[in-house]
Amino acid sequence: MSLASEHLVTESCLAQEARPLASNGSARDFYELLKPRVMQLVIFTALVGMLTAHQPINPIIGFASILAIAIGAGASGCLNMWYDATIDGLMDRTSKRPIPSGAVARGEALAFGMTLSIGSVLFLGLITNCYAAGFLAFTIFFYVVVYTMWLKHWTAQNIVIGGAAGAFPPMIGYMAVTGSFNIETFLQFLIIFIWTPPHFWALALVKTKDYARAGVPMLPVVAGGIETRRQILIYSALLAPVGMSPALFGYASPFYLVFSGGFGLVMIWLAYDLSRKHEGDAARKAAYRLFGTSIIYLFALFAALLVEEVVPMIPWANLWGRVFL
Amino acid sequence: MNEQPYPTVAKLSPEALQRQKSRSKALGIVLGCLVLLFFIVTIAKLGGNVYNRAL
Repeated sequence: MSLASEHLVTESCLAQEARPLASNGSARDFYELLKPRVMQLVIFTALVGMLTAHQPINPIIGFASILAIAIGAGASGCLNMWYDATIDGLMDRTSKRPIPSGAVARGEALAFGMTLSIGSVLFLGLITNCYAAGFLAFTIFFYVVVYTMWLKHWTAQNIVIGGAAGAFPPMIGYMAVTGSFNIETFLQFLIIFIWTPPHFWALALVKTKDYARAGVPMLPVVAGGIETRRQILIYSALLAPVGMSPALFGYASPFYLVFSGGFGLVMIWLAYDLSRKHEGDAARKAAYRLFGTSIIYLFALFAALLVEEVVPMIPWANLWGRVFL
Repeated sequence: MNEQPYPTVAKLSPEALQRQKSRSKALGIVLGCLVLLFFIVTIAKLGGNVYNRAL
């Protein structure tokens, strides 16, 4: 072998070493990057927002719009994991996520998230209207830049303001059909917005050490457990009337009023129960109980709104109404 | 003498090969679904207007 070819072999080996390793993640790892549980909530609330428009929409366009909104939400979750990979690795709750576990490289996650973000916004714009697409783009920007890059690392009010990103989907769903928004979808936004702090702070109370280790200024880390419990109780007390507001403004039936009011009282009771238990296993259980119930609460309220929107569309619903109402 | 060195192909472990296959399959399915979705959405967007053209 000549000197020149030896040189080429050496260069080739160096290039081989310098080249990034082949992707190591499975399809499931990439799916996990999209935060599928958050996507479920987004799909459900966007669907309710879409149905409250009371305007005909081609079911295929409706389905594709929901898909675009869900993928946009998943993309913002992916970009969140890309940016927070380092602190995710420091927390028990998030250390098994695809990037800190080493399954997916940060660069791959960034490319995946950006591709899905741009693709979902363009697709929604092409099949519905530019307002809905613009709103989806703003939601992704708000979650990734305003919440993930700025608020999360800066203030204890991070999830209060950042919670808006998770509350936008019903408005995007409505906007995809109508090109505008109304009070009804704003009330749906408000329900998710007020629901977010007690939901996340209940979890943060249990995971305080995790957040402190990662240097994330969550309320329990900055203000302590007692103040967090007080704030949870205040927000839960606010959530009950806000949860009832669709009926109070005439957008839902008295049945919804009673149902949401009753469930709101359960949330207040659980928040009160949590405020009395400060230490030990009882406090931990009370926090998990509130966290779990808050998920059911939100799904139940939006399910009730969905039923009230869908039932009148069913032909036999009138008969049901005549017999039972 | 013109010896062109060929770059060595990275040998993947059976587990890595399995993950690569799962990625490839998923990507294929997703791309197929996208093609189908774009086709169906195009037809849905055209609607009755598909007949509204100069003959």
